[in-house]
Amino acid sequence: MLEILSYEFIQNAIIAGILVSFASGIIGSLIVVNRMVFLTGGIAHTSYGGIGIAVYLGLPIFFGATIFAIASALLLAFLTLRERDNMDTIIGLIWAVGMAIGIIFIDLSKGYSVDLMSYLFGSILAVSSSDLIYITILLVIITLSVVIFYREILAVSYDIEYASLRGVNVKFFYSLILVLSALTVVIAIKIVGLILVIALLTIPVYIAQSLANSLGVMMIISAILSSIFTLVGLYISYNYDISSGATIILVSALSLMIFLFINFLIRAKNGI
Amino acid sequence: MSILKIKNLSFAYESDIILEDINLSINERDFLAIIGPNGGGKSTLLKLILGINGYKSGDIKIFNQAPSRSIEDIGYVPQNTNINTAFPIRVIDVVLMGHSNNKFFKFGYSKDEKNLALDVLDKVGMRDYSKSKIGSLSGGQRQRVMIARALCSNPKILILDEPTANIDANGQKKIYELLKELNKSITIIVVSHDISVILGYASKVAHINKTLTFHNIEDKKRDINRDDKHFCEVEMLEMLGSCRC
Repeated sequence: MLEILSYEFIQNAIIAGILVSFASGIIGSLIVVNRMVFLTGGIAHTSYGGIGIAVYLGLPIFFGATIFAIASALLLAFLTLRERDNMDTIIGLIWAVGMAIGIIFIDLSKGYSVDLMSYLFGSILAVSSSDLIYITILLVIITLSVVIFYREILAVSYDIEYASLRGVNVKFFYSLILVLSALTVVIAIKIVGLILVIALLTIPVYIAQSLANSLGVMMIISAILSSIFTLVGLYISYNYDISSGATIILVSALSLMIFLFINFLIRAKNGI
Repeated sequence: MSILKIKNLSFAYESDIILEDINLSINERDFLAIIGPNGGGKSTLLKLILGINGYKSGDIKIFNQAPSRSIEDIGYVPQNTNINTAFPIRVIDVVLMGHSNNKFFKFGYSKDEKNLALDVLDKVGMRDYSKSKIGSLSGGQRQRVMIARALCSNPKILILDEPTANIDANGQKKIYELLKELNKSITIIVVSHDISVILGYASKVAHINKTLTFHNIEDKKRDINRDDKHFCEVEMLEMLGSCRC
């Protein structure tokens, strides 16, 4: 088992897996408590539009996806703050339009379709050193933003109307949460792909939510759980030569089931 | 001395008139009950007082300031405190949110802010629960925490929207006893459906159904404030039968 650690692509995969797990643990917690899971799914799929345009224009793909994801996060923040009632319709619409733009631009870029699957389902074994630098920079931005604005972010997440009454700039911090979600989605796409990203952002968080008694602790537990699931999934996928993204998700889901079952047994034993 | 003054206030959603020519004046340490049918405009009036909604005609002055300028002076306990109970947050962290955020951002909470939060928890009898998860409390306990949150900024007026809506009778009584205690130093405004309960505590009643009808029941109360004796809607009817206000 140890010799696989000597390969550079494995080393990169492990580092990337842990870095992305921390981002998804922190931001996944915010997404879940703010009930933004569907919103984030929208951002993830819309960012495919950015990937398509970046491929077409020959720009770095990570960069294209980032710009597009941030733009869609701001658009969604603007629209959902104005039209709360029609939120899911708007998200669905932007979701589909973003993907359609991506598909058309990839069509227009001749000879490019081989790597497409890696954006849909992730390619943790293909993380380069420059990817690692990019992931690290985004993780630092995400972590610092959450640490510095923790008071405001917590207030907006717990009770947005009350936060507004106490003078918190809720529009700004609500938008910030979505932009940070967009950044997280972009780097998580590298690991599990944009279709599976939602599972990475929610499964560890769901377990952490019932164990934690504060948002900060929830973020840390989520990050640790996510790291474990990612590394176990990576190991299994390497040994059996199966898709890493899908394996990571199934390891997470299986762990969740075991957790829920144990929870159920404990409750049954205590007669609740 | 009048601390909250509403003059000729009207409010409409497009052509739908919700409130018409509302006049109200509240003095220090009044206990005002706002009653009236659903859709009669109670919540709208609260939103106007809190500065959530703006108004075009009439005027509201709280300590001679516009509503949105007086967030320090007003403590607010919203309806539906049973939402978001899965949120991983401790009682103390909820209470801390009651502090005002007059700057763009503040890094964490100061020692003073934390001590004040513990003090108000003490006041509502929930200090022992400061580290508990909010979701593990009963409805009545949670409501007390929300009152503590509202008291955090040392408000001069406390506004509560249906504070006992989903709480059992025993919990309701405790909440009202707490409000009575708090009323010794601050003004209280409660929107409520529990007319028979609220009348035992309120000194003034505003009935709102598009227009406002004001009742000063301080004198009447001497007859009904019989603490543990039975009092229900029937006695109330008899009482109101003799009322000329």
